[in-house]
Amino acid sequence: MKFSEQWLREWVNPSITTEQLESLLSLAGLEVDGIEKAAGEFTGVIVGEIVNAEPHPNADKLQVCTVNNGIELTQVVCGASNARAGLKTAFAQVGAVLPGDFKIKKAKLRQVESFGMLCAEDELGISDDHGGIMELPADAPVGADLREYLNLNDAIIEVDLTPNRSDCLSVAGLAREVGVLTQTPVVEKEVAAAPITSDLTFAVSLQNPDACPRYLGRVISGVNTQAKTPLWMVERLRRSGVRAIDPIVDVTNYVLMELGQPMHAFDLAKLSGGIQVRLATQDESLQLLDGSEVKLNADTLVIADQEKALAMAGIMGGEQSKVSDSTQDIFLECAYFDPISIAGRARSYGLHTDSSHRYERGVDFNLQAKAMEYATNLLLEIVGGQAGPVVEAVEASALPVRNDVILRPERLNQMLAMEMPADKVEDILTRLGLQLSIEANGAWRAKVPSYRFDISIEPDLIEEVARVYGYDNLPVKSPTMALGIEAKPEAIKPVRLVRQSLISRGYQEAITFSFIEPNLSALFDPENTPVALANPISAELSVMRTTLLAGLAKTVQYNQNRQQSRVRLFEVGQCFIQQNDEIAQDPMLAVIATGSRQPEGWTGKTESIDFFDLKGDLEALLDDAGILNDCQFEPAEHSALHPGQTAKIVRAGETVGYIGALHPQVQKELSLKGSVFAFEIKLSAVQAGKVAHFQQLSKYPEVRRDLAFIVDESTPVAHMMAAAKDCAGEWLQELRLFDVYQGKGVEEQRKSVALGLTWQHASRTLNDEEINSLVDQIVCTLQDRFGASLRS
Amino acid sequence: MENLATLVEQARAAIAAAADAQALDLIRVQYLGKKGEVTQLLKGLGKLSPEERPKAGDEINKAKDTLLDELTARKTNLDQAQLAAKLAAEKIDVTLPGRGQSIGGLHPVTKTIQRIEDFFASIGFSVAEGPEIEDDYHNFEALNIPSHHPARAMHDTFYFNANTVLRTHTSPVQVRTMESQQPPIRIVCPGRVYRCDSDQTHSPMFHQVEGLLVDKNISFADLKGILEQFLKAFFEDDVRVRFRPSYFPFTEPSIEVDIDRGDGKWLEVLGCGMVHPKVFEASGIDPEEYTGFAFGMGVERLAMLRYGVNDLRLFFDNDLRFLDQLR
Repeated sequence: MKFSEQWLREWVNPSITTEQLESLLSLAGLEVDGIEKAAGEFTGVIVGEIVNAEPHPNADKLQVCTVNNGIELTQVVCGASNARAGLKTAFAQVGAVLPGDFKIKKAKLRQVESFGMLCAEDELGISDDHGGIMELPADAPVGADLREYLNLNDAIIEVDLTPNRSDCLSVAGLAREVGVLTQTPVVEKEVAAAPITSDLTFAVSLQNPDACPRYLGRVISGVNTQAKTPLWMVERLRRSGVRAIDPIVDVTNYVLMELGQPMHAFDLAKLSGGIQVRLATQDESLQLLDGSEVKLNADTLVIADQEKALAMAGIMGGEQSKVSDSTQDIFLECAYFDPISIAGRARSYGLHTDSSHRYERGVDFNLQAKAMEYATNLLLEIVGGQAGPVVEAVEASALPVRNDVILRPERLNQMLAMEMPADKVEDILTRLGLQLSIEANGAWRAKVPSYRFDISIEPDLIEEVARVYGYDNLPVKSPTMALGIEAKPEAIKPVRLVRQSLISRGYQEAITFSFIEPNLSALFDPENTPVALANPISAELSVMRTTLLAGLAKTVQYNQNRQQSRVRLFEVGQCFIQQNDEIAQDPMLAVIATGSRQPEGWTGKTESIDFFDLKGDLEALLDDAGILNDCQFEPAEHSALHPGQTAKIVRAGETVGYIGALHPQVQKELSLKGSVFAFEIKLSAVQAGKVAHFQQLSKYPEVRRDLAFIVDESTPVAHMMAAAKDCAGEWLQELRLFDVYQGKGVEEQRKSVALGLTWQHASRTLNDEEINSLVDQIVCTLQDRFGASLRS
Repeated sequence: MENLATLVEQARAAIAAAADAQALDLIRVQYLGKKGEVTQLLKGLGKLSPEERPKAGDEINKAKDTLLDELTARKTNLDQAQLAAKLAAEKIDVTLPGRGQSIGGLHPVTKTIQRIEDFFASIGFSVAEGPEIEDDYHNFEALNIPSHHPARAMHDTFYFNANTVLRTHTSPVQVRTMESQQPPIRIVCPGRVYRCDSDQTHSPMFHQVEGLLVDKNISFADLKGILEQFLKAFFEDDVRVRFRPSYFPFTEPSIEVDIDRGDGKWLEVLGCGMVHPKVFEASGIDPEEYTGFAFGMGVERLAMLRYGVNDLRLFFDNDLRFLDQLR
């Protein structure tokens, strides 16, 4: 909300500077967003009157004006098309200094002398308007200093009010707050009842009193719509960010800005029968003031007459019933609408108005009569006419109830960790408009004023006391607490260690959006229909990811497009998979890599990474968690991965992840260069390990045997190793694969697989016979199961 | 015996001239071997008279010792020279870069979250996490934001359906924690949050760290103390801290915290407040017995201030050049 500092100071005028006022408001929770001057810095500009305007002899677009400055006539060349005889305007005389330190000097324009300049609003920093020179009212005093005449030594202050402080959405409300904060008296506007000179009324009925418990209406007949809004009002509205429209609308806006009460004026001639405040019928149509045609929802409150909806209650008036040049009699509305009945409605039509903003947050439900009289007085002054009596429809039982709130001194002191003096508390709360009494137990009972929608419980009062006392003035301490040690399961590896392992292996962490393009989702995971947002920000970010790989692959693409050929990334984050009625949100870990195995260097040729580089990194993670031996890699299929280079990772019978080369089709779709490898695994799988358990070290020698087998090239080595391990006996310490060979010396379509087995006994030396027998068992088993023969 | 001196001189010359260990060994054999020339002299002592024998023997033995010493010294010299030559030949250019894997790095958001977690862990807070797809109840209702509340408009919520949203803040995690645990509660909750808003200063996804402390007798002064210490620790600087009244439906009083890093400009860095009794009640904690405070901070905002990043969107472009700078 924007307001004029002068206007505020008319209500409350503490001896503080504008800067102090800014900090005062901000530190009281009424955050000042910005302060601008009502006009730029200028001097020497007066009200001038053009007494004569003639075309410039040497220029089509210029005029030579004779300007009266109150003392003498001066010649000024002016380029504005609205310069005309009789116009009073802003006249910068020779010697004037305009914003930007622009000095006005005597000049010659196309051979004609000019003594000064006639100014547009933008040239004086009043607005951005450059539509012509300023048009001042006909009664503007010629020769008067423009700053004084227009009261331009003013600041426009914009406050960003939190939704709980609807009571401050007016000059009066802000004045009340400033009065409390500076302990300065507030000058309440005395509003006298307007003289009633007509008996014309218009009936009002409340059909939905819960939503509209109070509605005041008044007929003012015989208004002069040709009247002009006084300059002071136009200026104050401008400084409140409201454009002047016509005197009747301007008055209702003025009352809104000053008192915080939205009002509306209808053209009485356009109304039939009487006013009904009711809910709209579904799809009832209404043309709004802004020209738009809306189909109303049945939850929207409307102001209607006997025939039709006239206005969207508390939000915007209708085009058809609005005040126009031909209006003679008006019907003035001043109502209280329940916040919940207005909340969200404006937004559902894409609207947001000064009126809806206030009604949604809460308008003082005791303000209507005063606002009605105030507006009537202003209208009678400006547009004349005869006021009829006020018709008030009210359903008292539906008006808000303000329960008293109890504030216990001990609770206040405990929450603020200080002894707050009782007179301080009473002073603050009383100035805020609460009526206090003391309970038998010493607590305060506070009666809450009708304009405070945000005070209903004890902490609300504590906040008020703390806020006015000043948060920065309250004590500071370090909490003291009972120490307790939380058990941390050692078997669960902290995710930051998982991250650190990957960083040590040359991977950079990425964080990609959790929502992706539907096409990308279908490319990477056609099996799962992604969960879709109802209101995505764009199609590219419209479905929740079911796999981290999509975002990582896009990141590879992004970086390849920026000449990065070696990309190694990982991400940790939730994926979202619809499972019946539930959405599974498992944290996943994914890694993607492409480019050379090591950074480009001088030690040898750079080789591209392959499947086994990535698998080595994954195995290291599993090994670090102590679970490598519990995991199996089995050939598998995955839509985004190469069918011949994909494994699923199985732990305890459950598939916990996939590893492989990106499918060439996927690479092509994303225009990825080089081979790209990736894995994705449940984060819990690389975290859940076990606590180590010591086993006695053997003092006896190890025995190692190396066995090379020839098998069919399609035989999975992991299966051979598992079989060998199964029959290698309990003394086996280690089984290593130390060579896989195809080529010279080995038949076509066969391969040589060399295993190194190490045995050791805990309490004695193993003898040759024992080892030989185990070796024989292994050879026989591998022969039986895989057709393996020992390589000679 | 007069040729002994000549013999020694000859031998010494030969030792000095020996080029390697092998040559030296031949010299040793020539003079001191079983049939060596000095050995022969010793064997010839028997031909001398008993009176001459001790003196001559003594001289020959001295000559023998001299030669042995010389041989050893020369051997040591030759070994050292050989080692020096070998070392010289093995010289490498130690200025060449090392071989091996590059090092990656944490995303600056993760790094910032970890720093925040560490500060709070050091005073007994633990880390709690929760789902990103939330129900309306935990994201709004339980936090005292009923459906008609104007504060909902400030949240720009992403919806899946009327009851399911992408969480707009990490505050639902405090609700979930309080539902399952009685005080004392000390948690920080880092994570992704979502708002339907995108421009240079707003990202539809960003990160928050929520904090909650609930115990008996927790006051506004405790909140001020902890957050002031945190901000000074985070920026490793004696920043000026200002507490300003604000409004959040789930805290009362509510506070926004600004810092001034020395240039006189106040920058808003976090929101906080004393937990609203309705939030306690919704989660089954007695607001008469316990009080507490909650705070929430934008991770990207803190990271931007800490590392001087000027565009929020850089965090999610994942440009390796950016990530490499901030790792």
